[in-house]
Amino acid sequence: MESFTKLTGLAAPLDRVNADTDQIIPKQFLKRIERTGFGQFLFFDWRYEADGTTPNPEFELNQSQYAGAVVLITGKNFGCGSSREHAPWALADYGFKAILAPSYADIFYNNCFKNGILPVVLPEETITMLLERGKTAGYTMTVDLENQTVSDNQGFSQPFEVDAFRRHCLLNGLDDIGLTLQHEPDITAYESKRPLWKRGAVAA
Amino acid sequence: MPKTMFEKIWEAHVVRETVGQPSLLYIDLHLVHEVTSPQAFEGLRLTGRKVRRPDLTVATMDHNVPTTSRSLPILDQISKKQMEALSDNCKEFGVTLYDIHSKRQGIVHVIGPELGLTQPGLAIVCGDSHTSTHGAFGALAFGIGTSEVEHVLATQCLPQSLPKTMEIRVNGKLGEGVTAKDIILAIIGKIGTDGATGYVVEYTGEAIRALSMEGRMTICNMSIEAGARAGLIAPDEKTFAYIQGKTFAPQHAEWDEAVATWKQLPSDPGAKYDTLVELDASEIAPYVSWGTSPGMVIPITGLVPSPGDYADPADRRAAERALEYMGLDAGVSIQSVALDTVFIGSCTNGRIEDLRAAAGILKGQHVRAGLRALVVPGSVPVKLQAEAEGLDVIFKDAGFDWREAGCSMCLGMNPDILQPGERCASTSNRNFEGRQGKGGRTHLVSPQMAAAASIAGHLVDVREWDKK
Repeated sequence: MESFTKLTGLAAPLDRVNADTDQIIPKQFLKRIERTGFGQFLFFDWRYEADGTTPNPEFELNQSQYAGAVVLITGKNFGCGSSREHAPWALADYGFKAILAPSYADIFYNNCFKNGILPVVLPEETITMLLERGKTAGYTMTVDLENQTVSDNQGFSQPFEVDAFRRHCLLNGLDDIGLTLQHEPDITAYESKRPLWKRGAVAA
Repeated sequence: MPKTMFEKIWEAHVVRETVGQPSLLYIDLHLVHEVTSPQAFEGLRLTGRKVRRPDLTVATMDHNVPTTSRSLPILDQISKKQMEALSDNCKEFGVTLYDIHSKRQGIVHVIGPELGLTQPGLAIVCGDSHTSTHGAFGALAFGIGTSEVEHVLATQCLPQSLPKTMEIRVNGKLGEGVTAKDIILAIIGKIGTDGATGYVVEYTGEAIRALSMEGRMTICNMSIEAGARAGLIAPDEKTFAYIQGKTFAPQHAEWDEAVATWKQLPSDPGAKYDTLVELDASEIAPYVSWGTSPGMVIPITGLVPSPGDYADPADRRAAERALEYMGLDAGVSIQSVALDTVFIGSCTNGRIEDLRAAAGILKGQHVRAGLRALVVPGSVPVKLQAEAEGLDVIFKDAGFDWREAGCSMCLGMNPDILQPGERCASTSNRNFEGRQGKGGRTHLVSPQMAAAASIAGHLVDVREWDKK
């Protein structure tokens, strides 16, 4: 798994609440069987006009000042809806490695950590302020997982909370399947105690 | 100490606990479909890992499949490739697959219960957010991402942090013409699309107990639309009766043993939840969504809200955007809204009872001229059962397209999509922008409401429709 320690770079505001995974990566792009190459389809229906090729000038991220942004600032309940991990794949492939929002949908939040993206939870009023600051050209932020702080180039600095174990795994880029497999004896012991009628797809 | 059903199921699945780390949970059933699994199987290949328990893993094809005749070739080559990838992966890793030619094929959340795979007390996962459906049987069932699909394939376990618990108690009795779909839309309208984020919900109360298993599945299915990790309903005699005799249900002495275990599952009297939400079923009208988030709902008797009704500036902007996208004016009666399409199907409302309810309204009637209407059964067995009951004839006589099983227009990954600006009354679960096709406008409703709307050509109150 990809690690995340500290990131400094351009921040872009997406001032919308409940941005769902259907918007982050529309369904027509879920047919690929690879993990890569989804960035070109990020926010596709918002990003492009009806022809699917002309950039929509109204869409925030299409403004030239946000080209190369690595931090996304956005509204509450980001990533709600479908469990598609294509959403964090698309965000990461586009270049976003950190997200700042007041809240996230559970599955999306989980999926971010599996893909080297740090989703930071900040109070609503802080996000409102950052969304405003993000309108300034060249607005740069630093997200530091080691010290659990978010700061910007205008003097803002604030600590954030993150689950200690998730932090540990992300800092070290740990393969969590590998971690679980270390407990193979426990899994086998558990399996030996499962009742026989829990057969799954094997008829009795 | 009294325990909730969730706590009992959780504790029974802990393989290992380490201080400061998530618990390692054992997974009893892993359901797999073509869209969220290819990268997981590829991950196994790259690391040289195997599927630990192919016997506890079941795959089907649902999201991409065309719903026109199965004898026709699949025209979408990328969809075809994804379905072929699932076939190849299941063959390589020894996983049971019900492909598009199988008599057991269908939407993964419809076939699990239908095959008796879904049972009380199990921990069930699937790379699909609507896995919460299976909670209707008193199972702990939740959606996972593709990395977690790979994790479960490789280890049959999943590290999970303990969620909080919420009781949603629906007291009283539902009125005539009001359904499980209306209950869950009313709940989401009340608590919001993030109202249950971080929680596992248990639905309780007289109105829940009175629901059929199909109705309970509709409720649990949309738990995710309220942000919940999972939704559960305590098993009872209805649950046992539904499961008994199904293909993979326990039999003989094992059945008795299983039922005895299942009877221990319901929450103990006095068990504590972190939060309680209460609703009165008798106050719930048929609901319909007006906007682009499942929390944007109103009773069918209501008016389209105004952005000014929202206190939070962010919600106000979201309402403005939704009105614009939906092509609606604030303050108009939702019943005045004309429709282009009606879709009956999905893992929310694509079961036999849903089709019976819709057919009950449509019998001897015809859809409004110019309106496109389609019924997509949730599974092949649902389709065959409906045909045995003659429901297909009622639908076809009414002017509906009678299709093969799949997810279809719920998410429009197959050719069933809305065109830009088209408006659809849909029995599915998400009214997100573009969900049913780019620029398409979705109004979520119950099967009865969808059927009545197809005849009228606009949204109507099915309670009054019945009397006409």
